[in-house]
Amino acid sequence: MSKETTMHARPLSPHLQIYRLIPTMLMSIVHRITGGALYFGTLLFAWWVIATATSQNAFDIANAVFGSWIGRLVLFGYTWALVHHLLGGLRHLVWDTGSWMEKHTATRLAWATIIGSVILTILIWIVGYAARGAF
Amino acid sequence: MTDMRTPLGKVRGFGSAKEGTGDFWRTRITSVALIPLAIYFIILVISLNGANYQEVHASLSHPVNALVLALFILISLVHMRLGMQEIIQDYIQGEGLKVSLLMLSTFFCVIVGVASLFALLKLAFGG
Repeated sequence: MSKETTMHARPLSPHLQIYRLIPTMLMSIVHRITGGALYFGTLLFAWWVIATATSQNAFDIANAVFGSWIGRLVLFGYTWALVHHLLGGLRHLVWDTGSWMEKHTATRLAWATIIGSVILTILIWIVGYAARGAF
Repeated sequence: MTDMRTPLGKVRGFGSAKEGTGDFWRTRITSVALIPLAIYFIILVISLNGANYQEVHASLSHPVNALVLALFILISLVHMRLGMQEIIQDYIQGEGLKVSLLMLSTFFCVIVGVASLFALLKLAFGG
């Protein structure tokens, strides 16, 4: 790493606030936010497997927290973040090949990501509750 | 376009480090691997919704589930460490804080990974 004195004055691009918010931009931001949320969400996964491996008591505590209304809210958010990041990732893999990058196509893909993630998340929870016999 | 190289870079003349796309590629490989693993994880959790301790314990002890969950968590940690590294490098200006956070993030990933793996192995080998 070179010292400050050896640096040229590098050109800077303007930041977020001067651009009008468009779907692809918003989905890019949400992709990063969901990624960051999932980063800390792995703690929930770790807690779940560690509690199950530890004892009935540890499992019951984790189960009670996950089953509470706030726990369910967090898990619902976790599900959505996972699904959204998954769909966003698929979109990026498509873009990596150079396909579907034309601006109207890219915008449609951005809409598909958000709408698809909400629908899939709700479906997952409906199936989850159905599997539990709650209906 | 003016020359973007620093004077120090010019006299050293090493050119690029040739690893510019390394993290990009590792992010892509892990993301592809995580597609089926994440889907399996979601289906497994749905199937265990409302299950009691014995049922969850038995399910996580099954070799296939233990193996898939181990892969899921380990590959997730590699992927998310790269992602968090990118976020830290983008937003943190000070060199000291940046390096500290990068180290902290790596420690976090390793600890979560080792703890989860230990739990999964304990379940799989009948702890």
